[in-house]
Amino acid sequence: MASQDSFYQYLRNRGVSRRDFIKFCTVMAASLGLDPGATGAIAEALETKRRMPVIWRNFQECTCCTESFIRTQHPKAADIIMTMISLDYHETLMVASGHQAEEAAQKAMEENRGNYILAVEGAIPVKDDGMYCCIAGRPALDVLKEDAKHAKAIIAWGSCAVNGCVQAAKPNPTGAVPVQHIIKDKPIINVPGCPPIAEVMAGVITHVLTFERLPELDSQGRPKTFYGHRIHDKCNRRAYFDAGMFVENFDDQGAREGWCLYKMGCKGPNTYNSCSNLEWNGGLSYPIKSGHPCIGCSEFGFWDNNGGKSMYNHLSEVPGLKIGVNVDTFGAAAVGAAVVGAAAHAGFSAVTKKQLEKQASDNSNKNKVEG
Amino acid sequence: MAERIVVDPITRIEGHLRVEAKVEGGKIIDAASTGTTVRGIEIIARDRDPRDVWALVQRICGVCTTTHALTSIRAVEDALQIRVPKNADLIRKIMLAVIQIHDHVVHFYHLHAPDWVDVPNALQADPKKTAELAQSISRWPKSSVGYFRDMQDKLKAFVGSGQLGIFANAYWGHPAYKLPPEANLMAVAHYLEALDWQKEIVKIHTVFGGKNPHPNYLVGGMASAINIDGDNAMNIEKFNLVGRLIDETMEFVNEVYLPDLLAIASFYKDTATYGGGLGNYLCFGDFSVAANNDPSGFLLPRGAILNKNLSEVLDVDPRDPQQIMEYTDHSWYENSKNGLHPWEGETNLKYTGPKAPYQTLDESGNFDKPYSWIKSPRWKGHAMEVGPLARMIVGYAKKDAPSHDFIKEEIDKALGGLGVGVEALFSTLGRTAARGIESKLCAVWTKRFFNELIANVKAGDQKTFNQEKWEPATWPKECKGVGLTEAPRGALSHWVHIKDGKVANYQCVVPSTWNGSPKDAKGQHGAYEASLMGVPMVKQDQPVELLRTIHSFDPCLACAAHIIDTETRETTKVEILR
Repeated sequence: MASQDSFYQYLRNRGVSRRDFIKFCTVMAASLGLDPGATGAIAEALETKRRMPVIWRNFQECTCCTESFIRTQHPKAADIIMTMISLDYHETLMVASGHQAEEAAQKAMEENRGNYILAVEGAIPVKDDGMYCCIAGRPALDVLKEDAKHAKAIIAWGSCAVNGCVQAAKPNPTGAVPVQHIIKDKPIINVPGCPPIAEVMAGVITHVLTFERLPELDSQGRPKTFYGHRIHDKCNRRAYFDAGMFVENFDDQGAREGWCLYKMGCKGPNTYNSCSNLEWNGGLSYPIKSGHPCIGCSEFGFWDNNGGKSMYNHLSEVPGLKIGVNVDTFGAAAVGAAVVGAAAHAGFSAVTKKQLEKQASDNSNKNKVEG
Repeated sequence: MAERIVVDPITRIEGHLRVEAKVEGGKIIDAASTGTTVRGIEIIARDRDPRDVWALVQRICGVCTTTHALTSIRAVEDALQIRVPKNADLIRKIMLAVIQIHDHVVHFYHLHAPDWVDVPNALQADPKKTAELAQSISRWPKSSVGYFRDMQDKLKAFVGSGQLGIFANAYWGHPAYKLPPEANLMAVAHYLEALDWQKEIVKIHTVFGGKNPHPNYLVGGMASAINIDGDNAMNIEKFNLVGRLIDETMEFVNEVYLPDLLAIASFYKDTATYGGGLGNYLCFGDFSVAANNDPSGFLLPRGAILNKNLSEVLDVDPRDPQQIMEYTDHSWYENSKNGLHPWEGETNLKYTGPKAPYQTLDESGNFDKPYSWIKSPRWKGHAMEVGPLARMIVGYAKKDAPSHDFIKEEIDKALGGLGVGVEALFSTLGRTAARGIESKLCAVWTKRFFNELIANVKAGDQKTFNQEKWEPATWPKECKGVGLTEAPRGALSHWVHIKDGKVANYQCVVPSTWNGSPKDAKGQHGAYEASLMGVPMVKQDQPVELLRTIHSFDPCLACAAHIIDTETRETTKVEILR
């Protein structure tokens, strides 16, 4: 095991001195509530730790999540793949094909039992024994169950893996379901969006590596860091909403002045995501900034949330004008047509949340033992 | 006695593809390709507002992430007879040209190159010689000895870690890899550079469409308003950003992608002798410089070629019910044996393959029963290849096309550089080379469209949207439309039937359906299958040559296997919430 693999080396390559590294370990020990003597043990663990193995599965999807991931500006995708994680299986990027590809996955999972991250892109069809998505002659349903068995945690990438997305839209012909409907005994980080923002994806991975714990999640299993605010809350057109100045038609004077797109069907007031905060493709823009209303792509069942009307119709009411009110404290009642789905989902996710809390507590205890 | 091999999954593609092949005497003598996933996007598109459908069908593919949206918009605008403002037309053309280039570069370096480049072998390279090689083929500034030495050190650390990640369990050292270590090191360095570069060019989509992947479109125009005196719309700062990105794109294509392509190809001229397949090519054409998207002004011309006959380009009329038809004889659908034109498309899901887990989809090896979720579209009864090679060949042969001279010049230059004749195009190598040549053309055209956009705005036109037929009350009770595009992988068509303001039927006939189709009623193979016939296999257990040929098409299976219908259209609320 060469030392260049380690987290320490990773930091060194980024100009972090030995002294700062030890400081980091001390802070880490303190923040985890450990004895100051644990610093040395943490430093040793980080100096010798192998790159985190990741098995990344693609099921019913369009690969937009992978495409988004490789657009990340900080850190860069190449740095994540080469120095931070070991991407041991990824159908779109890996060199080996066929049985060599599947062997690589098996080997990585066996060698890292209980210690690899399973990343899932895409939904899983369950109708008719799952024959609508097969890989290496096996239904996605079986592949997911087997891969999840010894995973440390699961990252559900994008709206397909989080809520079924497009293939689960009415009438859901293949019985597509998200990961959390199948796997119930593992911590799942839900990272919705179609796709999620690249830096959010990189952020979720590096959060786990840097802080050695899962990010704090809301009741829908989403990292609070990235899904704690509505797009509306930090929208660049928000002042026009508050002033009652609205675009009435595309390319009218209001559109050219950059007024609020609410009347054009904007779902920003109902959508929890980082678009207006981080923006897309290196903080350049996001749909609203470029003149198109938000379609709410990170919300549960967003394809069917318009009550049978066009997505360009606006909602009957704007929920909660208070900035920073998240779904947890806000309640589902005002989330428009999404109400049924969100409520059912929230009930389900409460179970996941408890598991996650338990897992976080176990992890922290584990660190104590090892430390 | 033939031996059978199965490659599933074929990696480094979009979606899930399986190939079963028969090998005899060191060559593939028969092959069956299968799309193993289906999602049912078309049935989901039904009953929705036609103005919304672009967003839904855009999710057919997150790789060529803009083309399905554009094609859907074109189909709806065709049905409702909406003309879009010149600015919107130019912005769309820029966005389409950008995705062509982006997709081709990512395909070449990140999906295709590992078939040609032996990554660990780059550790044997002399960085000095690598620098000399790189400097001899281009003016790219990052070609110093120190740069390649650092790159090699980085690779050494990676390989030395013992965790090979995406490079694990591959075919390194296979005799089909022929590059010297220096060329391998150069290619690995550019693999990483291209990864960095590709996230930049898509920013053009972000400016106009708000994000990438999946930028926004709008029936009737584009939502990104222009206001050269405003601070919250397209203004000079935004245009400057787009202009810079286009210049950088041209530089990367001309100084990195094309030189690498030709350098690597010069070691693999043997791959110009196989993999050609059907010899039939189909293009719908795109990038019209004439008004109202008139095909006579297409820079990528429309037409069909049969049996590699470059002296005759046949006319293609997609609206003719006798020309494009889809067959389901070897697909998992209740079949419509005589074939149906997409406007009449009828598709009913019916899986009849073996129960999973399965070792083979056909014990007999004959593949005379259904074996794929992909249907078999045919043009006038012929199996056709679509894609960059088809476009370059039709452009090469169609002498009255506006861009014929330019296309011919670039192709002749590339062929001359390799010292091969035009017949070398009909091959695995030809397909890969065509993609590179097309990227150069598209880069030039992107700049041209951008200059036209600026000139049009300068002349006082800031309009980006046509409001006239936005409201459903202005629509006819019933109408049909078709949207045609040249997507990175080839001829793409969406077919919409609108009734009472809603989508009554929606069909997509997509590039990877043409290329990846199973056999039809007459037993004619699809393009992937046909191209595999005669491909040499040095090591049956390490199918590098098979992968090279399949990857030369840039398969996109989420795109291909999207077509299903169910017998009942009952809403499955319970399943959604389960």
